[in-house]
Amino acid sequence: MIEILDDDSQASIQDRGRFGWRAIGVGSSGAMDALALERANLLVGNAADAAAIEIPGTPLRVRFRTAVQFALVGAGAAAKLDGRELLPDSTSPAHADAELQVERPSVGTYSYLAIRGGFEVPVVLGSRSTHLRGVFGGHEGRVLARGDLLAHGPANADAKGVFGLTPPRTTLALPGDAPGIAHVRVLPAAEYDRFAHASRAAFWTTAWKISAQSNRSGYRLIGPNLDLETPLEMRSHGLLPGVIQAPNGGTPIIQLADAFTAGGYPKIGTVIAADLWRVAQAPLGSALRFVQVDYAAARAAQAVLDADRARVRMWIDLCRGLGA
Amino acid sequence: MALPAAFRIRPCGDAALTVEFGDTVDPDLNAQVLGLDADVAAAKLPGVVETIPTYRSLFVQYDPVAADFASLSQALQSLAENAKPHAASGRCWRIPVVYGGEMGFDLEDVARTHGMSPSEIAKRHQAATYRIYMIGFTPGFAYLGGLDQSIATPRRAAPRAVTPPGAIMIGGVQACVQCQAAPSGWHVLGRTPMRNFLPSREPMFLMAPGDNVRFHAIELRDWPALERDAARGLPVAELVSA
Repeated sequence: MIEILDDDSQASIQDRGRFGWRAIGVGSSGAMDALALERANLLVGNAADAAAIEIPGTPLRVRFRTAVQFALVGAGAAAKLDGRELLPDSTSPAHADAELQVERPSVGTYSYLAIRGGFEVPVVLGSRSTHLRGVFGGHEGRVLARGDLLAHGPANADAKGVFGLTPPRTTLALPGDAPGIAHVRVLPAAEYDRFAHASRAAFWTTAWKISAQSNRSGYRLIGPNLDLETPLEMRSHGLLPGVIQAPNGGTPIIQLADAFTAGGYPKIGTVIAADLWRVAQAPLGSALRFVQVDYAAARAAQAVLDADRARVRMWIDLCRGLGA
Repeated sequence: MALPAAFRIRPCGDAALTVEFGDTVDPDLNAQVLGLDADVAAAKLPGVVETIPTYRSLFVQYDPVAADFASLSQALQSLAENAKPHAASGRCWRIPVVYGGEMGFDLEDVARTHGMSPSEIAKRHQAATYRIYMIGFTPGFAYLGGLDQSIATPRRAAPRAVTPPGAIMIGGVQACVQCQAAPSGWHVLGRTPMRNFLPSREPMFLMAPGDNVRFHAIELRDWPALERDAARGLPVAELVSA
């Protein structure tokens, strides 16, 4: 059992997400940074898609009621286990009644707390992810609160030791990335050509500031208003995380894990699948720049990401084999 | 025999594409979309994660590691060329609605816009038979076509941050049955106690694309009992043949 010690963290149980139900309006939910979720799970010897606690850039304290192997991965938040500082993006054993304190991160946003055995909340529509708007899945369909007790699967003796990973913001940095500014690669979307020439140019040249009104549903961006060449009356169409919509005369919104499944605003671009984690980890108030790519470049980026994921798996297997 | 509908396949990022049939709200186009959706499900194409049938297009999400745009669009092309339109379900939902007042707080504004009385708007809203074109936006939200054009109303300039569960709304030429509270720029004419999506109920969903919908007015005093029934899992709406 793990006990949650804080209110107001907005933390929730998430796995990879709930797929196959968008046709009836149920979006995927799931980890905002699926790459960090995968790393956290692999570090504790879980399947890559097991359920973990997603901490959205807020402080959180938990108590491990029993001895467990855990990992905290993602935003690079400072954390202490019974007052002892932890390495970022690492796994450690915790003894029974140990207290983990996660601080507010400074460079990233979403952190994942994985436990050997995974969190055993009920599977609803094929997933343990919390559907916050629908109030189902996860732990009672809601964010975690003080006093919540979360069960996890049986601990396994072969997951042990203390070791960590180099974060992807280091290993997979893009040219121009700097503190407070992240680059993400974007394919022009269906209505791109319907935007005015100046608005299309502004889309690529602006350092878009992520508004404080951003959350798991989407990131709202602050910058110049984007205009259509001529107003467009659109039928509602399908949406998925990464789609960037821009209401005529408004600013872009990047749809993310809790996005609605359909919408009627024009789509100006789509963040490539390999870069969704970059969006999720960009802190509120920091800037995003969109880099135009074509489909072949998107495929190449996916191959680079997959090679890095394979490297991480090998490193974790090596550390475990050495009994680190 | 009707010729297969014209369609085009367009990418949506590197993990999704759309098969688009025309650009209008048309039951025949929607039947093509639903027919293709059924064929895609049956074909179990490698890499397809999920689909969203919409008014006039099929949205297909795929795993960019297991599939690519060229091979997937080729497979969809041959399915779409041979797809049979989805046969009408023959089902019609009679949905109870409390119109106006606190349940339909935009009814009077909409009436003013059209120079009609609120009861005339409600009457015209109830006179039509609607088709469910798609379910989406939020769990169980049903997008309807078939709104009487004399009461079609452009969306609100400023969307509301929250509209209530069960809101019966119109926006432009579209109409809807909302299930869960959500932001919206549509006009709230009334509210139904019916819950199209209830995770604790079997079946979890009641209405499907291709079904028909009709509305009938109920009194505010009938609301509490019907809402209790709906929370217990009763359909509240009546299922009749179309």
